[in-house]
Amino acid sequence: MNLHAIRAIYFFEMERTWRTLLQSIVSPVISTSLYFIVFGAAIGSRMTAIDGIAYGAFIVPGLIMLSLLTQSLSNASFGIFFPKFSGTIYEILSAPVSYVEIVVGYVGAAASKSILLGLIILATARLFVAFEIAHPLWMLAFLVLTAVAFSLFGFIIGIWADGFEKLQLVPMMIITPLTFLGGSFYSIDMLPPFWRTVTLANPVVYLVSGFRWSFYESSDVSVAISLGMTAAFLIACLTMVWWIFKTGYKLRA
Amino acid sequence: MQPIISVSGLTKTYASGFEALKTINLEIRPGEIFALLGPNGAGKTTLINIICGIVNPSSGVIRADGCDIVKDYRAARAKIGLVPQELSTNAFETVFAAVSFSRGLFGRPANPAYVEKVLRDLSLWDKKDSMIMTLSGGMKRRVMIAKALSHEPKILFLDEPTAGVDVELRRDMWEMVRSLRATGVTIILTTHYIEEAEEMADRIGVINKGEIILVEDKAALMNKLGKKQLILHLLDRLDAIPDELAGYRLELSGNGSELVYTYDAKGEGTGIAPLMRRLSDLKIDFQDLQTSQSSLEEIFVSLVRASP
Ligand SMILES: Nc1ncnc2c1ncn2[C@@H]1O[C@H](COP(=O)(O)OP(=O)(O)OP(=O)(O)O)[C@@H](O)[C@H]1O
Ligand SMILES: [Mg+2]
Repeated sequence: MNLHAIRAIYFFEMERTWRTLLQSIVSPVISTSLYFIVFGAAIGSRMTAIDGIAYGAFIVPGLIMLSLLTQSLSNASFGIFFPKFSGTIYEILSAPVSYVEIVVGYVGAAASKSILLGLIILATARLFVAFEIAHPLWMLAFLVLTAVAFSLFGFIIGIWADGFEKLQLVPMMIITPLTFLGGSFYSIDMLPPFWRTVTLANPVVYLVSGFRWSFYESSDVSVAISLGMTAAFLIACLTMVWWIFKTGYKLRA
Repeated sequence: MQPIISVSGLTKTYASGFEALKTINLEIRPGEIFALLGPNGAGKTTLINIICGIVNPSSGVIRADGCDIVKDYRAARAKIGLVPQELSTNAFETVFAAVSFSRGLFGRPANPAYVEKVLRDLSLWDKKDSMIMTLSGGMKRRVMIAKALSHEPKILFLDEPTAGVDVELRRDMWEMVRSLRATGVTIILTTHYIEEAEEMADRIGVINKGEIILVEDKAALMNKLGKKQLILHLLDRLDAIPDELAGYRLELSGNGSELVYTYDAKGEGTGIAPLMRRLSDLKIDFQDLQTSQSSLEEIFVSLVRASP
Protein backbone atom coordinates (compact mmCIF):
# COMPACT_ATOMS: atom_id res chain seq x y z
CA MET A 1 0.00 0.00 0.00
CA ASN A 2 1.46 3.33 -1.07
CA LEU A 3 0.15 5.41 1.84
CA HIS A 4 2.32 8.38 0.90
CA ALA A 5 0.58 8.52 -2.46
CA ILE A 6 -2.90 8.36 -0.96
CA ARG A 7 -1.96 11.16 1.41
CA ALA A 8 -0.48 13.23 -1.41
CA ILE A 9 -3.60 12.91 -3.59
CA TYR A 10 -5.99 13.39 -0.66
CA PHE A 11 -4.34 16.55 0.62
CA PHE A 12 -3.85 17.94 -2.86
CA GLU A 13 -7.59 17.62 -3.41
CA MET A 14 -8.47 19.04 0.00
CA GLU A 15 -6.13 21.93 -0.66
CA ARG A 16 -8.29 22.75 -3.67
CA THR A 17 -11.29 23.13 -1.36
CA TRP A 18 -9.62 25.72 0.84
CA ARG A 19 -8.35 27.56 -2.20
CA THR A 20 -11.86 27.69 -3.64
CA LEU A 21 -13.54 28.10 -0.28
CA LEU A 22 -16.18 30.45 -1.60
CA GLN A 23 -17.24 28.13 -4.36
CA SER A 24 -17.02 24.86 -2.49
CA ILE A 25 -18.39 25.70 0.96
CA VAL A 26 -19.79 29.19 1.17
CA SER A 27 -22.01 29.15 -1.90
CA PRO A 28 -23.88 25.89 -1.07
CA VAL A 29 -24.40 27.19 2.47
CA ILE A 30 -25.88 30.41 1.12
CA SER A 31 -28.17 28.66 -1.31
CA THR A 32 -29.44 26.23 1.35
CA SER A 33 -30.06 29.14 3.69
CA LEU A 34 -32.20 30.69 0.97
CA TYR A 35 -34.21 27.47 0.74
CA PHE A 36 -34.82 27.58 4.47
CA ILE A 37 -35.89 31.17 4.38
CA VAL A 38 -38.26 30.63 1.46
CA PHE A 39 -39.58 27.10 2.07
CA GLY A 40 -38.97 26.79 5.76
CA ALA A 41 -39.95 30.17 7.14
CA ALA A 42 -42.05 31.94 4.47
CA ILE A 43 -44.00 29.14 2.79
CA GLY A 44 -43.50 26.53 5.52
CA SER A 45 -45.38 28.60 8.08
CA ARG A 46 -48.53 28.19 5.96
CA MET A 47 -48.07 24.50 5.25
CA THR A 48 -49.59 21.77 7.36
CA ALA A 49 -47.28 19.39 9.13
CA ILE A 50 -46.35 16.19 7.29
CA ASP A 51 -46.50 13.02 9.40
CA GLY A 52 -46.59 15.30 12.41
CA ILE A 53 -43.38 17.07 11.41
CA ALA A 54 -43.39 20.82 10.81
CA TYR A 55 -42.74 21.55 7.15
CA GLY A 56 -39.57 23.55 7.87
CA ALA A 57 -38.09 20.62 9.73
CA PHE A 58 -39.42 18.09 7.23
CA ILE A 59 -37.33 19.49 4.39
CA VAL A 60 -34.04 19.57 6.33
CA PRO A 61 -32.88 16.01 5.52
CA GLY A 62 -33.89 16.39 1.87
CA LEU A 63 -32.03 19.66 1.48
CA ILE A 64 -28.88 18.20 3.00
CA MET A 65 -29.15 15.23 0.62
CA LEU A 66 -29.58 17.60 -2.31
CA SER A 67 -26.31 19.37 -1.50
CA LEU A 68 -24.57 16.13 -0.63
CA LEU A 69 -25.41 14.57 -3.98
CA THR A 70 -24.58 17.54 -6.17
CA GLN A 71 -21.40 18.40 -4.28
CA SER A 72 -20.13 14.82 -4.21
CA LEU A 73 -20.71 14.56 -7.94
CA SER A 74 -19.15 17.86 -8.89
CA ASN A 75 -16.16 17.56 -6.54
CA ALA A 76 -15.25 14.05 -7.56
CA SER A 77 -15.90 14.49 -11.27
CA PHE A 78 -13.91 17.70 -11.46
CA GLY A 79 -11.10 16.25 -9.35
CA ILE A 80 -10.27 13.56 -11.87
CA PHE A 81 -11.45 15.37 -15.00
CA PHE A 82 -9.15 18.32 -14.54
CA PRO A 83 -5.82 16.43 -14.55
CA LYS A 84 -7.04 14.62 -17.65
CA PHE A 85 -7.90 17.92 -19.25
CA SER A 86 -4.68 19.71 -18.27
CA GLY A 87 -2.41 16.73 -18.94
CA THR A 88 -1.08 16.46 -15.40
CA ILE A 89 -2.62 12.99 -15.19
CA TYR A 90 0.63 11.68 -16.71
CA GLU A 91 2.12 11.82 -13.26
CA ILE A 92 -0.60 9.75 -11.62
CA LEU A 93 -0.41 7.19 -14.42
CA SER A 94 3.37 6.88 -14.17
CA ALA A 95 3.42 6.68 -10.38
CA PRO A 96 3.72 3.45 -8.40
CA VAL A 97 0.09 3.58 -7.30
CA SER A 98 -2.65 1.00 -7.67
CA TYR A 99 -6.09 2.02 -8.82
CA VAL A 100 -7.42 1.36 -5.34
CA GLU A 101 -5.04 4.02 -4.02
CA ILE A 102 -6.03 6.49 -6.73
CA VAL A 103 -9.71 5.96 -5.94
CA VAL A 104 -9.21 6.20 -2.18
CA GLY A 105 -7.32 9.48 -2.66
CA TYR A 106 -9.72 11.19 -5.06
CA VAL A 107 -13.02 9.73 -3.87
CA GLY A 108 -11.99 9.97 -0.24
CA ALA A 109 -11.25 13.68 -0.60
CA ALA A 110 -14.46 14.39 -2.51
CA ALA A 111 -16.53 12.46 0.03
CA SER A 112 -14.81 14.19 2.98
CA LYS A 113 -15.61 17.55 1.51
CA SER A 114 -19.27 16.83 0.99
CA ILE A 115 -19.65 15.21 4.42
CA LEU A 116 -18.12 18.32 5.93
CA LEU A 117 -20.46 20.44 3.86
CA GLY A 118 -23.47 18.32 4.89
CA LEU A 119 -22.61 18.89 8.54
CA ILE A 120 -22.19 22.62 7.99
CA ILE A 121 -25.58 22.79 6.29
CA LEU A 122 -27.09 20.80 9.15
CA ALA A 123 -25.73 23.36 11.60
CA THR A 124 -26.96 26.21 9.40
CA ALA A 125 -30.44 24.68 9.26
CA ARG A 126 -30.56 24.55 13.02
CA LEU A 127 -30.38 28.35 12.99
CA PHE A 128 -33.62 28.55 10.98
CA VAL A 129 -35.75 25.67 12.23
CA ALA A 130 -35.99 23.53 15.33
CA PHE A 131 -35.46 19.77 14.90
CA GLU A 132 -34.02 16.82 16.67
CA ILE A 133 -32.07 13.86 15.35
CA ALA A 134 -33.50 10.57 16.58
CA HIS A 135 -30.63 8.35 15.39
CA PRO A 136 -27.43 10.42 15.04
CA LEU A 137 -25.29 7.40 14.22
CA TRP A 138 -27.62 6.22 11.47
CA MET A 139 -27.75 9.79 10.23
CA LEU A 140 -23.96 9.80 9.95
CA ALA A 141 -23.96 6.38 8.35
CA PHE A 142 -26.37 7.54 5.62
CA LEU A 143 -24.38 10.72 5.18
CA VAL A 144 -21.09 8.86 4.70
CA LEU A 145 -22.53 6.08 2.56
CA THR A 146 -24.26 8.51 0.23
CA ALA A 147 -21.24 10.80 0.00
CA VAL A 148 -18.96 7.90 -0.90
CA ALA A 149 -21.39 6.37 -3.41
CA PHE A 150 -21.97 9.64 -5.25
CA SER A 151 -18.32 10.60 -5.15
CA LEU A 152 -17.59 7.29 -6.85
CA PHE A 153 -20.29 8.08 -9.37
CA GLY A 154 -18.73 11.50 -9.89
CA PHE A 155 -15.32 9.89 -10.39
CA ILE A 156 -16.81 7.73 -13.13
CA ILE A 157 -18.37 10.77 -14.79
CA GLY A 158 -15.04 12.61 -14.59
CA ILE A 159 -13.29 9.79 -16.40
CA TRP A 160 -16.03 9.38 -18.96
CA ALA A 161 -16.33 13.10 -19.76
CA ASP A 162 -14.08 14.42 -22.48
CA GLY A 163 -15.28 18.01 -22.26
CA PHE A 164 -16.82 20.43 -19.83
CA GLU A 165 -20.29 19.98 -21.36
CA LYS A 166 -20.35 16.29 -20.57
CA LEU A 167 -19.06 17.04 -17.10
CA GLN A 168 -22.09 19.25 -16.45
CA LEU A 169 -24.53 17.08 -18.35
CA VAL A 170 -25.19 14.29 -15.85
CA PRO A 171 -25.57 16.53 -12.78
CA MET A 172 -27.83 18.95 -14.68
CA MET A 173 -29.94 16.54 -16.68
CA ILE A 174 -30.21 13.61 -14.31
CA ILE A 175 -29.25 14.33 -10.74
CA THR A 176 -31.01 17.66 -10.20
CA PRO A 177 -34.39 16.43 -11.53
CA LEU A 178 -34.09 13.19 -9.58
CA THR A 179 -33.36 15.02 -6.34
CA PHE A 180 -36.21 17.48 -6.82
CA LEU A 181 -38.56 14.61 -7.59
CA GLY A 182 -37.03 12.45 -4.88
CA GLY A 183 -39.23 13.57 -2.00
CA SER A 184 -36.98 16.28 -0.63
CA PHE A 185 -39.87 18.75 -0.39
CA TYR A 186 -42.84 16.41 0.02
CA SER A 187 -43.76 12.97 1.23
CA ILE A 188 -44.38 10.60 -1.67
CA ASP A 189 -47.60 9.57 0.06
CA MET A 190 -48.92 12.94 -1.09
CA LEU A 191 -48.65 11.80 -4.72
CA PRO A 192 -51.44 10.05 -6.67
CA PRO A 193 -50.93 6.23 -6.68
CA PHE A 194 -49.59 6.11 -10.26
CA TRP A 195 -46.90 8.71 -9.66
CA ARG A 196 -46.03 7.14 -6.36
CA THR A 197 -45.17 3.91 -8.20
CA VAL A 198 -43.14 5.78 -10.81
CA THR A 199 -41.29 7.62 -8.08
CA LEU A 200 -40.17 4.37 -6.52
CA ALA A 201 -37.89 3.91 -9.54
CA ASN A 202 -35.99 7.00 -8.47
CA PRO A 203 -33.00 5.95 -6.35
CA VAL A 204 -32.88 9.34 -4.64
CA VAL A 205 -36.22 8.57 -2.97
CA TYR A 206 -34.55 5.81 -0.97
CA LEU A 207 -31.65 8.03 0.08
CA VAL A 208 -33.88 10.87 1.22
CA SER A 209 -36.33 8.54 2.90
CA GLY A 210 -33.66 6.68 4.86
CA PHE A 211 -31.95 9.88 5.81
CA ARG A 212 -35.21 11.44 6.99
CA TRP A 213 -35.97 8.34 9.03
CA SER A 214 -32.70 8.84 10.95
CA PHE A 215 -34.03 12.27 11.94
CA TYR A 216 -37.73 11.74 12.59
CA GLU A 217 -38.31 7.96 12.51
CA SER A 218 -40.81 8.45 9.73
CA SER A 219 -40.11 7.31 6.21
CA ASP A 220 -41.68 6.75 2.80
CA VAL A 221 -40.11 3.32 2.37
CA SER A 222 -38.68 0.93 4.90
CA VAL A 223 -35.22 1.80 6.23
CA ALA A 224 -33.86 -1.63 5.35
CA ILE A 225 -34.79 -1.05 1.71
CA SER A 226 -33.24 2.43 1.80
CA LEU A 227 -30.02 1.05 3.15
CA GLY A 228 -30.07 -1.84 0.68
CA MET A 229 -30.59 0.52 -2.28
CA THR A 230 -27.78 2.82 -1.16
CA ALA A 231 -25.44 -0.15 -0.74
CA ALA A 232 -26.47 -1.52 -4.14
CA PHE A 233 -25.68 1.79 -5.80
CA LEU A 234 -22.32 1.88 -4.05
CA ILE A 235 -21.48 -1.61 -5.24
CA ALA A 236 -22.55 -0.78 -8.80
CA CYS A 237 -20.20 2.23 -8.80
CA LEU A 238 -17.34 0.19 -7.35
CA THR A 239 -17.77 -2.42 -10.06
CA MET A 240 -17.76 0.26 -12.72
CA VAL A 241 -14.56 1.83 -11.34
CA TRP A 242 -12.92 -1.59 -11.16
CA TRP A 243 -13.79 -2.17 -14.81
CA ILE A 244 -12.46 1.27 -15.82
CA PHE A 245 -9.07 0.58 -14.33
CA LYS A 246 -8.93 -3.01 -15.49
CA THR A 247 -9.43 -1.97 -19.10
CA GLY A 248 -7.66 1.39 -18.87
CA TYR A 249 -10.85 2.93 -20.28
CA LYS A 250 -10.10 6.53 -21.32
CA LEU A 251 -7.08 6.64 -19.01
CA ARG A 252 -4.39 4.57 -20.70
CA ALA A 253 -4.24 4.48 -24.50
CA MET B 1 26.55 -6.06 -17.47
CA GLN B 2 22.83 -6.40 -16.86
CA PRO B 3 20.88 -3.73 -18.75
CA ILE B 4 18.99 -1.23 -16.61
CA ILE B 5 16.17 -1.24 -19.11
CA SER B 6 15.44 -4.08 -21.43
CA VAL B 7 12.70 -3.95 -24.01
CA SER B 8 11.99 -7.11 -25.92
CA GLY B 9 9.45 -7.79 -28.59
CA LEU B 10 7.51 -4.63 -27.78
CA THR B 11 4.70 -3.70 -30.15
CA LYS B 12 2.02 -1.06 -29.87
CA THR B 13 -1.12 -0.71 -31.91
CA TYR B 14 -3.35 2.15 -30.80
CA ALA B 15 -7.11 1.70 -30.53
CA SER B 16 -7.40 3.56 -33.84
CA GLY B 17 -5.61 0.59 -35.42
CA PHE B 18 -2.44 2.60 -35.97
CA GLU B 19 0.70 0.53 -35.48
CA ALA B 20 2.99 2.96 -33.65
CA LEU B 21 5.70 0.45 -32.67
CA LYS B 22 6.71 -2.65 -34.60
CA THR B 23 8.71 -5.12 -32.53
CA ILE B 24 11.12 -2.98 -30.58
CA ASN B 25 14.15 -4.59 -28.94
CA LEU B 26 16.38 -2.29 -26.98
CA GLU B 27 18.73 -2.41 -24.03
CA ILE B 28 19.86 0.58 -22.03
CA ARG B 29 23.04 0.27 -20.00
CA PRO B 30 23.21 1.43 -16.41
CA GLY B 31 24.64 4.88 -16.00
CA GLU B 32 24.62 5.87 -19.65
CA ILE B 33 23.07 8.79 -21.46
CA PHE B 34 21.08 7.36 -24.33
CA ALA B 35 19.72 9.64 -27.04
CA LEU B 36 16.76 8.51 -29.07
CA LEU B 37 16.55 10.30 -32.38
CA GLY B 38 13.78 10.15 -34.92
CA PRO B 39 11.52 12.29 -37.06
CA ASN B 40 8.08 13.47 -35.89
CA GLY B 41 5.71 10.59 -35.33
CA ALA B 42 8.47 7.97 -35.25
CA GLY B 43 7.21 6.55 -31.96
CA LYS B 44 9.66 8.05 -29.44
CA THR B 45 7.01 9.30 -27.05
CA THR B 46 4.98 6.13 -27.44
CA LEU B 47 8.00 4.05 -26.46
CA ILE B 48 8.78 6.22 -23.44
CA ASN B 49 5.15 6.36 -22.33
CA ILE B 50 4.90 2.59 -22.43
CA ILE B 51 8.03 2.15 -20.33
CA CYS B 52 6.72 4.70 -17.81
CA GLY B 53 3.26 3.12 -17.54
CA ILE B 54 1.21 5.82 -19.25
CA VAL B 55 0.37 3.78 -22.33
CA ASN B 56 -0.39 0.06 -22.33
CA PRO B 57 1.88 -2.12 -24.51
CA SER B 58 0.18 -4.38 -27.05
CA SER B 59 2.76 -7.12 -26.56
CA GLY B 60 6.30 -7.63 -25.38
CA VAL B 61 8.19 -7.58 -22.12
CA ILE B 62 9.91 -4.60 -20.51
CA ARG B 63 12.09 -4.68 -17.44
CA ALA B 64 13.35 -1.68 -15.52
CA ASP B 65 16.25 -2.55 -13.25
CA GLY B 66 15.11 -6.16 -13.31
CA CYS B 67 11.44 -5.40 -12.53
CA ASP B 68 8.72 -6.24 -15.03
CA ILE B 69 6.88 -2.98 -15.72
CA VAL B 70 3.49 -4.70 -15.78
CA LYS B 71 3.68 -7.45 -13.17
CA ASP B 72 5.92 -5.56 -10.78
CA TYR B 73 4.82 -2.07 -11.71
CA ARG B 74 5.28 -0.60 -8.27
CA ALA B 75 8.97 -1.42 -8.00
CA ALA B 76 9.58 -0.54 -11.65
CA ARG B 77 7.87 2.86 -11.59
CA ALA B 78 9.45 3.86 -8.29
CA LYS B 79 12.81 3.73 -10.07
CA ILE B 80 11.74 5.92 -12.99
CA GLY B 81 11.33 9.66 -13.35
CA LEU B 82 9.71 11.20 -16.42
CA VAL B 83 9.72 14.68 -17.89
CA PRO B 84 7.08 14.48 -20.60
CA GLN B 85 7.17 16.28 -23.92
CA GLU B 86 4.16 18.47 -23.16
CA LEU B 87 4.39 21.11 -20.44
CA SER B 88 1.57 20.36 -18.05
CA THR B 89 1.53 21.72 -14.55
CA ASN B 90 -1.01 22.72 -11.94
CA ALA B 91 -1.26 26.46 -12.40
CA PHE B 92 -2.42 27.21 -8.85
CA GLU B 93 0.16 25.20 -6.99
CA THR B 94 3.39 26.53 -5.57
CA VAL B 95 6.67 25.12 -6.82
CA PHE B 96 7.53 23.60 -3.46
CA ALA B 97 4.11 22.00 -3.03
CA ALA B 98 4.22 20.56 -6.56
CA VAL B 99 7.57 18.90 -6.03
CA SER B 100 6.61 17.59 -2.58
CA PHE B 101 3.40 16.19 -4.07
CA SER B 102 5.36 14.22 -6.66
CA ARG B 103 7.62 12.80 -4.01
CA GLY B 104 4.65 11.55 -1.99
CA LEU B 105 2.94 10.18 -5.07
CA PHE B 106 5.99 8.06 -5.77
CA GLY B 107 5.83 6.60 -2.28
CA ARG B 108 8.61 8.53 -0.59
CA PRO B 109 8.26 10.07 2.87
CA ALA B 110 8.42 13.86 2.96
CA ASN B 111 11.97 15.23 2.88
CA PRO B 112 12.05 19.03 2.66
CA ALA B 113 15.85 19.06 2.70
CA TYR B 114 16.04 16.91 -0.40
CA VAL B 115 13.36 18.93 -2.17
CA GLU B 116 15.34 22.05 -1.33
CA LYS B 117 18.47 20.54 -2.84
CA VAL B 118 16.67 19.65 -6.07
CA LEU B 119 15.20 23.14 -6.33
CA ARG B 120 18.55 24.77 -5.66
CA ASP B 121 20.26 22.60 -8.28
CA LEU B 122 17.69 23.75 -10.81
CA SER B 123 17.93 27.42 -9.75
CA LEU B 124 14.32 27.35 -8.61
CA TRP B 125 14.82 27.90 -4.89
CA ASP B 126 13.93 31.57 -4.95
CA LYS B 127 10.69 30.62 -6.72
CA LYS B 128 9.68 27.94 -4.27
CA ASP B 129 6.63 29.84 -3.01
CA SER B 130 5.55 31.17 -6.40
CA MET B 131 2.47 29.83 -8.08
CA ILE B 132 3.49 27.83 -11.11
CA MET B 133 1.34 29.95 -13.42
CA THR B 134 3.53 32.96 -12.66
CA LEU B 135 6.66 31.24 -14.00
CA SER B 136 8.15 31.47 -17.47
CA GLY B 137 8.05 28.50 -19.83
CA GLY B 138 11.67 27.60 -19.16
CA MET B 139 11.08 27.68 -15.42
CA LYS B 140 7.98 25.52 -15.79
CA ARG B 141 10.06 22.98 -17.63
CA ARG B 142 12.56 23.00 -14.78
CA VAL B 143 9.70 22.50 -12.31
CA MET B 144 8.75 19.41 -14.28
CA ILE B 145 12.33 18.19 -14.06
CA ALA B 146 12.31 18.84 -10.31
CA LYS B 147 9.09 16.84 -10.03
CA ALA B 148 10.65 13.98 -11.97
CA LEU B 149 13.68 14.00 -9.67
CA SER B 150 11.70 14.39 -6.45
CA HIS B 151 11.69 10.68 -5.63
CA GLU B 152 15.38 10.10 -6.37
CA PRO B 153 14.89 7.91 -9.45
CA LYS B 154 17.64 5.70 -10.89
CA ILE B 155 16.37 6.21 -14.40
CA LEU B 156 15.32 9.52 -15.91
CA PHE B 157 13.41 9.97 -19.15
CA LEU B 158 13.55 13.37 -20.80
CA ASP B 159 11.17 13.60 -23.73
CA GLU B 160 12.50 16.51 -25.76
CA PRO B 161 13.84 18.45 -22.81
CA THR B 162 15.13 21.30 -24.91
CA ALA B 163 12.31 21.84 -27.39
CA GLY B 164 11.60 25.56 -27.46
CA VAL B 165 14.31 26.34 -24.93
CA ASP B 166 16.83 29.10 -25.50
CA VAL B 167 20.52 28.42 -26.01
CA GLU B 168 21.56 29.33 -22.51
CA LEU B 169 18.95 27.23 -20.80
CA ARG B 170 19.82 24.39 -23.13
CA ARG B 171 23.43 24.56 -21.97
CA ASP B 172 22.26 24.58 -18.34
CA MET B 173 20.12 21.57 -19.09
CA TRP B 174 23.06 19.69 -20.58
CA GLU B 175 25.11 20.57 -17.55
CA MET B 176 22.41 19.29 -15.25
CA VAL B 177 22.06 16.04 -17.18
CA ARG B 178 25.80 15.47 -16.96
CA SER B 179 25.92 16.08 -13.23
CA LEU B 180 22.98 13.71 -12.76
CA ARG B 181 24.80 11.08 -14.72
CA ALA B 182 27.78 11.61 -12.46
CA THR B 183 25.59 10.56 -9.53
CA GLY B 184 24.80 7.29 -11.29
CA VAL B 185 21.43 8.12 -12.86
CA THR B 186 20.73 6.57 -16.25
CA ILE B 187 19.29 9.10 -18.68
CA ILE B 188 17.27 8.47 -21.80
CA LEU B 189 16.44 11.55 -23.82
CA THR B 190 14.75 12.20 -27.12
CA THR B 191 15.65 15.10 -29.27
CA HIS B 192 15.41 16.53 -32.73
CA TYR B 193 18.71 18.35 -32.34
CA ILE B 194 21.56 16.24 -33.62
CA GLU B 195 24.06 18.51 -31.92
CA GLU B 196 22.41 17.72 -28.65
CA ALA B 197 22.88 14.00 -29.15
CA GLU B 198 26.44 14.65 -30.23
CA GLU B 199 27.12 16.78 -27.19
CA MET B 200 25.48 14.60 -24.58
CA ALA B 201 24.96 11.00 -25.47
CA ASP B 202 27.07 7.94 -24.84
CA ARG B 203 24.97 5.96 -27.25
CA ILE B 204 22.53 6.93 -29.93
CA GLY B 205 19.47 5.08 -31.17
CA VAL B 206 17.55 6.05 -34.26
CA ILE B 207 13.87 5.19 -34.55
CA ASN B 208 11.74 5.62 -37.63
CA LYS B 209 8.16 4.58 -38.32
CA GLY B 210 8.05 2.49 -35.18
CA GLU B 211 11.28 0.62 -35.79
CA ILE B 212 14.71 1.02 -34.26
CA ILE B 213 17.02 1.26 -37.23
CA LEU B 214 20.31 1.85 -35.48
CA VAL B 215 21.84 1.74 -32.03
CA GLU B 216 25.47 2.65 -31.79
CA ASP B 217 28.09 4.08 -29.49
CA LYS B 218 28.45 7.72 -30.13
CA ALA B 219 32.23 7.28 -30.23
CA ALA B 220 31.89 4.74 -33.03
CA LEU B 221 29.51 6.99 -34.88
CA MET B 222 31.76 9.95 -34.41
CA ASN B 223 34.65 7.94 -35.73
CA LYS B 224 32.80 7.54 -38.95
CA LEU B 225 32.09 11.21 -38.83
CA GLY B 226 35.65 12.06 -37.93
CA LYS B 227 36.60 11.10 -41.48
CA LYS B 228 37.05 14.09 -43.68
CA GLN B 229 37.71 14.20 -47.36
CA LEU B 230 39.88 16.58 -49.30
CA ILE B 231 39.00 16.74 -52.98
CA LEU B 232 41.48 18.14 -55.44
CA HIS B 233 40.26 19.11 -58.87
CA LEU B 234 43.27 18.28 -61.03
CA LEU B 235 44.51 20.34 -63.95
CA ASP B 236 45.49 17.21 -65.84
CA ARG B 237 43.82 13.86 -65.56
CA LEU B 238 45.63 11.00 -63.93
CA ASP B 239 45.25 7.41 -65.11
CA ALA B 240 46.40 5.93 -61.85
CA ILE B 241 47.67 7.06 -58.49
CA PRO B 242 51.45 7.41 -58.72
CA ASP B 243 53.40 4.85 -56.68
CA GLU B 244 55.14 7.63 -54.79
CA LEU B 245 51.79 8.43 -53.14
CA ALA B 246 51.01 4.85 -52.08
CA GLY B 247 51.31 5.78 -48.39
CA TYR B 248 48.23 8.03 -48.54
CA ARG B 249 44.59 6.99 -48.59
CA LEU B 250 43.88 8.32 -52.03
CA GLU B 251 41.29 7.54 -54.64
CA LEU B 252 40.65 8.82 -58.10
CA SER B 253 37.23 9.84 -59.17
CA GLY B 254 35.54 11.86 -61.88
CA ASN B 255 37.36 9.90 -64.59
CA GLY B 256 40.71 10.74 -63.10
CA SER B 257 40.06 14.46 -62.82
CA GLU B 258 39.63 14.41 -59.05
CA LEU B 259 41.93 13.13 -56.42
CA VAL B 260 40.18 12.30 -53.15
CA TYR B 261 42.15 12.13 -49.93
CA THR B 262 40.43 10.67 -46.86
CA TYR B 263 41.89 11.57 -43.50
CA ASP B 264 41.03 11.54 -39.84
CA ALA B 265 40.23 15.06 -38.73
CA LYS B 266 40.46 14.07 -35.10
CA GLY B 267 43.74 12.19 -35.36
CA GLU B 268 47.19 13.63 -34.83
CA GLY B 269 48.13 15.63 -37.88
CA THR B 270 46.02 15.31 -40.95
CA GLY B 271 48.85 14.62 -43.34
CA ILE B 272 47.66 17.36 -45.65
CA ALA B 273 50.85 19.41 -45.63
CA PRO B 274 53.23 16.53 -46.55
CA LEU B 275 50.76 15.40 -49.20
CA MET B 276 50.79 18.85 -50.73
CA ARG B 277 54.58 18.87 -50.81
CA ARG B 278 54.67 15.45 -52.48
CA LEU B 279 52.16 16.59 -55.04
CA SER B 280 54.22 19.63 -55.94
CA ASP B 281 57.34 17.46 -56.11
CA LEU B 282 55.49 15.23 -58.54
CA LYS B 283 54.27 18.29 -60.48
CA ILE B 284 50.63 17.35 -59.99
CA ASP B 285 48.78 20.65 -60.17
CA PHE B 286 45.22 21.37 -59.19
CA GLN B 287 42.91 24.25 -59.96
CA ASP B 288 40.63 24.00 -56.98
CA LEU B 289 40.13 22.10 -53.77
CA GLN B 290 37.37 21.43 -51.31
CA THR B 291 36.86 19.47 -48.13
CA SER B 292 33.77 17.64 -47.03
CA GLN B 293 32.61 15.97 -43.88
CA SER B 294 29.52 13.85 -43.39
CA SER B 295 27.63 15.00 -40.33
CA LEU B 296 25.50 12.97 -37.96
CA GLU B 297 22.67 14.83 -39.59
CA GLU B 298 23.52 13.39 -42.98
CA ILE B 299 23.88 9.90 -41.59
CA PHE B 300 20.59 10.31 -39.81
CA VAL B 301 18.78 11.58 -42.86
CA SER B 302 20.17 8.88 -45.11
CA LEU B 303 19.27 6.21 -42.56
CA VAL B 304 15.75 7.46 -42.24
CA ARG B 305 15.40 7.72 -46.03
CA ALA B 306 16.78 4.26 -46.59
CA SER B 307 14.48 2.56 -44.10
CA PRO B 308 11.31 1.36 -45.79
N1 LIG C 1 -3.37 7.98 -28.47
C1 LIG C 1 -3.05 7.76 -29.76
N2 LIG C 1 -3.94 7.18 -30.59
C2 LIG C 1 -3.63 6.94 -31.88
N3 LIG C 1 -2.44 7.22 -32.45
C3 LIG C 1 -1.52 7.80 -31.66
C4 LIG C 1 -1.76 8.08 -30.29
N4 LIG C 1 -0.65 8.66 -29.77
C5 LIG C 1 0.24 8.71 -30.77
N5 LIG C 1 -0.27 8.20 -31.91
C6 LIG C 1 0.42 8.08 -33.20
O1 LIG C 1 1.57 7.28 -33.02
C7 LIG C 1 2.65 7.77 -33.81
C8 LIG C 1 3.87 7.98 -32.92
O2 LIG C 1 3.62 9.06 -32.06
P1 LIG C 1 4.68 9.54 -31.00
O3 LIG C 1 4.05 10.60 -30.21
O4 LIG C 1 5.20 8.34 -30.29
O5 LIG C 1 5.81 10.15 -31.95
P2 LIG C 1 7.16 10.90 -31.57
O6 LIG C 1 8.27 10.11 -32.17
O7 LIG C 1 7.21 11.16 -30.12
O8 LIG C 1 6.98 12.25 -32.38
P3 LIG C 1 7.42 13.75 -32.02
O9 LIG C 1 8.85 13.87 -32.42
O10 LIG C 1 6.55 14.58 -32.88
O11 LIG C 1 7.20 13.96 -30.57
C9 LIG C 1 2.15 9.04 -34.48
O12 LIG C 1 1.79 8.73 -35.80
C10 LIG C 1 0.94 9.42 -33.68
O13 LIG C 1 -0.02 10.05 -34.49
MG1 LIG D 1 7.23 12.81 -28.99
